[in-house]
Amino acid sequence: MTEAAARAFALAACVLLGACASSGTVVLLPEKDGRPSTLAMKQGDREVVLTEPYAAANATPLGPRSYRSSAGEVEARFGSALAAQPSRAASFTLYFIEGKDEFTEESKQVVDRVLSEIARRPVPDVLVVGHTDTVGNDAFNDALGQQRAESVRSALIRLGVPASDVRAISRGKRELAIPTPDGVAEARNRRVEIVVR
Amino acid sequence: MSISFARAAILSIALCVVAPAGAADIGQIKVSKGQVTIEREGRAVPAAVGTRLQIADVVKTGANGSVGITMDDDSLLSAGPNSMLSLDRYAFDPTTRNGRFDASLNKGTLAVISGRIAKQAADSMTIRTPAAILGVRGTEFVVGVND
Repeated sequence: MTEAAARAFALAACVLLGACASSGTVVLLPEKDGRPSTLAMKQGDREVVLTEPYAAANATPLGPRSYRSSAGEVEARFGSALAAQPSRAASFTLYFIEGKDEFTEESKQVVDRVLSEIARRPVPDVLVVGHTDTVGNDAFNDALGQQRAESVRSALIRLGVPASDVRAISRGKRELAIPTPDGVAEARNRRVEIVVR
Repeated sequence: MSISFARAAILSIALCVVAPAGAADIGQIKVSKGQVTIEREGRAVPAAVGTRLQIADVVKTGANGSVGITMDDDSLLSAGPNSMLSLDRYAFDPTTRNGRFDASLNKGTLAVISGRIAKQAADSMTIRTPAAILGVRGTEFVVGVND
């Protein structure tokens, strides 16, 4: 049977037998922060692209078919899956005193909030991310960011966070808080982010 | 060998050394209700809260089960009852945020909030169902497979 004939047969089956059954469904949900989002459903070379909240598609023998879902339908079918969603990651930023390996006064208070966020979660894992300003090349800044992150990791361990739950990584100068050209000293870019999840 | 290359090589070795013992860990079970198991290398492993996940793990829920997973790139996956989710392929570099994540929902229902991998590059995260492939481009969505 050619593909065209197969499609005609599937269409006839749909119409005559009511067998145009969906084998799977996807529904795009509203984003928490209202950002636009996109999802594509592909079956072979046939594709539908979803871009609006509650835009949905069914996989059918004739390829993806888009339709409009609703909050009610999502809750009825996906309520259990959504109820099991883990808490989103919480992120905190600590700044260093200019030229020192020591936190600013405000940042010391942030540490208390980090510890209570860790205590709130049943199985916390913590990622400490070192960031630098743009003075120096990537290799230098990756190492510097790692060193910053490691020192904060050690501090968290001293404060009672189990070592196996905390990991230190570096983003170097790839994620500037304050955009600057290369080679600019900027204290607000020299920071450590603590992600609790 | 240039100095910068040598330095990068030393740094990458250093980063390997500081990685935790379970370097193959790609995510963690954060929520586990009712019957939930992980199939790993042909064996069934209990899926208690806190269990670390590896590539090729298959997470299964029973009729009263549901499970919530946080991946290393902050992707959140949660499955409802009678579901089967395979973590087929996963790679993530936290420094560059480049990576690749392919999972399959063979049956049941799944809710997804995509993470750093999908945000960093288009077409770097997919969810397969028996009939279709979903290309994720930074998004929250739900997927269901019909019996």
